[in-house]
Amino acid sequence: MSSIQTRLTCNPADYKSDIKPIWCPGCGDYHVLLSFTRAFAELGLAPEKTVVVSGIGCSSRIPAYTNCYGFHGVHGRSLALATGLKVTRPDLTVVVASGDGDGYSIGGNHFLHACRRNVDMTYVVMDNRVYGMTKGQPSPTTEPDFDTALSPGGTGLSPFHPLVIALAAGANFVARAFSGAPNETASILVEAIRHPGFSFVEVLSPCVTFRPDEREWKNLVHPAPVAATNDPGKAARRIMTDDGFNIGILYRGNRRPYQAKVESRTIDLAELEREFEL
Amino acid sequence: MPEAENVSVAFVGSGGAGALTAGNFLLEAASVAGWHGLLTRTVGPQIRGGEAAALIRLASHPVECLAERFDLLIGIDWTNANRFGAEIEVGPESLVIADPHGGDLPAVVARAGARVVEIPIKEMAKAIPEGRPNMIALGLAAGLLGLSEDILSAVIEKRLAEKGRTAIEASRVGLKAGIAAAADLDLGVRLAPPRPRTAQRWLVSGNETTGLGAVRGGVRFAAAYPITPASEILEWLAPKLPKVGGVLFQAEDELAAINMIIGASYGGTPALTATSGPGLSLMIEALGLATAAEIPVVVVDVMRAGPSTGIPTKSEQADLNIAVYGLHGDAPHLVLAPQSVADCLFTTQWAVYLAETLQAPAIVLSDQFIGQAMAVTDRPADIAFIGQRAKALPEADSYKRYAVSAGGVSPMAIPGMRGGQYTADGLTHNERGTPTSSEGDHRAQLDKRRMKLEQFTYGDHWATVEGSGELAVMTWGSLTGAAREAIERVHRNGRDVRLIAPRLLLPVQPEQFAAALHGVKRILVVEQSHGAQFHRYLRAHYDLPDDVTVLNRPGPLPIRPNEIEQAIVQWSS
Repeated sequence: MSSIQTRLTCNPADYKSDIKPIWCPGCGDYHVLLSFTRAFAELGLAPEKTVVVSGIGCSSRIPAYTNCYGFHGVHGRSLALATGLKVTRPDLTVVVASGDGDGYSIGGNHFLHACRRNVDMTYVVMDNRVYGMTKGQPSPTTEPDFDTALSPGGTGLSPFHPLVIALAAGANFVARAFSGAPNETASILVEAIRHPGFSFVEVLSPCVTFRPDEREWKNLVHPAPVAATNDPGKAARRIMTDDGFNIGILYRGNRRPYQAKVESRTIDLAELEREFEL
Repeated sequence: MPEAENVSVAFVGSGGAGALTAGNFLLEAASVAGWHGLLTRTVGPQIRGGEAAALIRLASHPVECLAERFDLLIGIDWTNANRFGAEIEVGPESLVIADPHGGDLPAVVARAGARVVEIPIKEMAKAIPEGRPNMIALGLAAGLLGLSEDILSAVIEKRLAEKGRTAIEASRVGLKAGIAAAADLDLGVRLAPPRPRTAQRWLVSGNETTGLGAVRGGVRFAAAYPITPASEILEWLAPKLPKVGGVLFQAEDELAAINMIIGASYGGTPALTATSGPGLSLMIEALGLATAAEIPVVVVDVMRAGPSTGIPTKSEQADLNIAVYGLHGDAPHLVLAPQSVADCLFTTQWAVYLAETLQAPAIVLSDQFIGQAMAVTDRPADIAFIGQRAKALPEADSYKRYAVSAGGVSPMAIPGMRGGQYTADGLTHNERGTPTSSEGDHRAQLDKRRMKLEQFTYGDHWATVEGSGELAVMTWGSLTGAAREAIERVHRNGRDVRLIAPRLLLPVQPEQFAAALHGVKRILVVEQSHGAQFHRYLRAHYDLPDDVTVLNRPGPLPIRPNEIEQAIVQWSS
């Protein structure tokens, strides 16, 4: 990763801003923020050369809590915005933060195409299987029987498999992390940021307010029993059949990242109008 | 034979028959011979098998609109030609050339009482190995207009180079056959000789000049999602941007396209996308973000008939409301409209300059008429507008991205600048960019965004203001040319009429408008919108005299100069 520059003082606290997060007490996202700053410190990223981009939702509040450049955009479009930034500024390290509503529902189409394009960036989706900021509606990863005001008795719909979708769409790095294990999550983020191309990290991050049942996740998560594969078919089969709580790097691909075409010969602006001349 | 300053020709054929190619070749040859001209296309939505027509006006003087009537109409075939309705009007003096096997004459043509001559265009083409009927049609038009075969032959050589020798030779034989067949015909009018050139001339479309204006203004990133009739802007930019150090990136949809350009611009690269009404609708939310986060971006909307899919291939001026009022919240932004094929260059370049200078989104309202029109035009003068964004000083202490300053524009930090780190945010924020829900911060930032646009001096470019008199024609965008021509006609009869056509639609310019209207007692508003959106816009923002009348109509039937002329004459008599 040529874009990563090392810095002598690499303390996680240096990557935190002085803005106090507004998440609920006990929210998993606090630990994700901690993992971000630890990963950035371990990589020695220069804060001014690092951009955290997000959409809308609880998880998307994260950019302002870092000391990096940030963009808190509209709902669901963080990947598109980050893509425009990265293809014009390949010198920057771009990390995108999202949630299951922002990233999988309203932003689902951009997720597919970001995986397909394989622009060098890291996509972190904090999945709590619920819309938290709008008070508890079901998301694409919510269980069918989850009873809410918007879906009395549950949606009756099966959640989908974002990690498998990412593999099918061409993501170059796929991992699952748990917010309650910030050191491990930081290590996964370090690997994700280092890996060329589009890296996708799903972080199970409990919503203790609307999904108190997710407090149990700490007892369910376990390290992935096998090392990461570079075979997307094998990775997909494993993910489709695991219990959803396998933590670790599940896939490391070797697709070539997107690179903007560079013309060997640049021209003077005045030459552009020649084709119009009579 | 009487001589005319301009002659109008239409080629009609089913989609794929090559009517547009014939039209383009005719215009190019006439332009090489020294004439001015304009070609617009009217086509159905199908790629093949629909209806297509090239509408051409050749003239000894610059032209920015079509005439009301065609002197020569050549029907390669009439399949679905009835769908054009009144778009191709002919009169008793017009000459209509029809293939006897091309189907029945369209009803509106038959009713007009034009001279109809039958020429077996398709049979003549079949007699030539690899011959194409459109080249016979081209020869017929060339012969009737007295255009040199050599010039047309050179155009064929140049434009068909990629198709190979056989295609070129077959086209030349077809051309010759058409010219020979025209020898026995009489158009009844002769095009006045061209005037000497005083400047370098271009043969160019509005979508191409829009692309050039973008690059000249400093755009180095474009996000692209294909849509009729805007795709040519993006296709022109695609090979050009990499040659000037830029990038064009195809987006998965318009939501992505607008967010990509916001991301690129946030990173310091001036950025643009081009779309039409449906795409603009999808981009509106993010334009609010660009307003709030103060990120300069330019969106070109090449308007087509709406709402919804509407008529994708045909022009209308009905996206004014969404461009001006579409954003949620109070969101001051820029809206501009080019007035001709050549003006697409100036207006787009100016839009980039204004967006960059004022750190605000700009919407450019072009339309299918000028976007897809090919025009012979004098090379537009160079202008000095190149995007200059106020950037923060590196290593700034306690940087405030959204500091409230006298002019409202606050220097922008670009990623990479140490000490400039901030989070751009669509949430209401304070001067530092920190989200807040306080009434004071909200109002201060709303004031800031409004002030920076309102305090800026836009100069005389805000509008075209020409002529004098108590009657003013007020129009905008692509109808400016037709209005100007109508005013010239009544001027020849001794009447002075003013033309006022704003190029800058937002922010509104009340003082300049009042000055332009000084002494005006009556206004004729002319616009291509069923709902008279421009008239309502004027009513909302400006003081108008008591006497106002509106000539408005939806697309795709363009408002012609004679209709404007009649409205002026009727209203003032």
